[in-house]
Amino acid sequence: MNSIHDMGGMTCFGAIEREENEPTFHGEWERRVLALTLATAVFFGPLDRRRHVLEQMSPLEYLSCSYYERWLVRIERLSKETGFVTDKELTSGAAVIFEDVSGAPVDSNTMDSIIRQGSPSGRDSGRSEPCFAVEDRVRARNINPPGHTRLARYVRGRVGVVHQVHGIHRFPDTTAHDKGENPQSLYSVRFDATELWGSLAPIKDSLFIDLWEDYLESENG
Amino acid sequence: MAEKHQHDAPPSPYLEKRRTAAETEALEERVRRLEHLLTEKGIVSKKTLDRVVSIYENDLGPLNGAKVVARAWVDEAYRQRLLADATKAIKELGFGGLQGEHMVVVENAATVHNIVACTLCSCYPWPVLGLPPTWYKNPPYRSRIAIDPRGVLVEFGLELDDSIEVRVWDSSAEIRYLVLPERPQGTEGFSEEELAALVTRDSMIGVARINSPS
Repeated sequence: MNSIHDMGGMTCFGAIEREENEPTFHGEWERRVLALTLATAVFFGPLDRRRHVLEQMSPLEYLSCSYYERWLVRIERLSKETGFVTDKELTSGAAVIFEDVSGAPVDSNTMDSIIRQGSPSGRDSGRSEPCFAVEDRVRARNINPPGHTRLARYVRGRVGVVHQVHGIHRFPDTTAHDKGENPQSLYSVRFDATELWGSLAPIKDSLFIDLWEDYLESENG
Repeated sequence: MAEKHQHDAPPSPYLEKRRTAAETEALEERVRRLEHLLTEKGIVSKKTLDRVVSIYENDLGPLNGAKVVARAWVDEAYRQRLLADATKAIKELGFGGLQGEHMVVVENAATVHNIVACTLCSCYPWPVLGLPPTWYKNPPYRSRIAIDPRGVLVEFGLELDDSIEVRVWDSSAEIRYLVLPERPQGTEGFSEEELAALVTRDSMIGVARINSPS
């Protein structure tokens, strides 16, 4: 969906504010939100689905929240959707419903190995042969998926060159919506700054972005 | 420090410090309630939560990435393995895992400067850099890095000559990027450990260079 999260190319947000010697966390609540996010992730489906929850926040709410506040909103929403907690419980803080959740809680050793091994998006098989090769000219399709997508708006309709083929990866647009992983080739595509931002952009500069095969069409000649 | 770029935009409203004490207290209470509920119901365990915090606060951070960079500076064969298959080469030093499953390292040179960002959320190579700083996650950087990377670099105090090619890497998929900065002049006799101590987080994101020690 075309939401506020897709902000590449906007210039309305002011100066970049940095904090000298910034701590990893700014308060105990941020620690707990990070930990709760990772410890509940396994119950809330693939990362693509969890990302989409953030994209569905209203622009006003999204921009008014700090990073970890958005993550808090996400755990609350997914906990409610999954039936782990009710609105009433979140307000009162008193647990009323109890259900057996398979695999819960994730113990600390399992969590350790999840963090150490990660959850690769690469797949051994999918659509067998990549459609495009390094140096091929490709156009990012001008499409506006209503659900989750990683096709940033600023490249749609623009022409770039395949820089690298990353192999086969699960496709976020379907994975996020329980429509299967639809594994396919993922490409690093290089766009000239002038192609993205017009003739006044620095002529030597470029932007590389990773795009799945279904986001691309051939642009020959 | 270079002069700050002037913007017509209002100051960003999302910084933690702009929350009133009462709002922060309400937020803390909301998190405590959620943790209490999920713990009470057996969905999460306190021990696991504490373990996660400890890993990200103590074990993972830019010191890991700095070791990778220093190794690449002193060991040409390693540098080549790193540029050919970063995931595997980084694993040689014992780093990898969540948010670093598929790594690519991009190398700076006298004529090329790389910068990493994520315009869609805040993707960042956790195993080698730890959790991202707030500015990396906030809208001013995420939005403007795509359209005006040179202007962003000036805000960081780095003014690049027009002859240098700027490459922005938008981590829109699950590939995570790490910049291999240029080894600074005057470090010829340095040990790998001494070199690693010079490597900053910002230089591995690509918003800074590494100064010569003097």
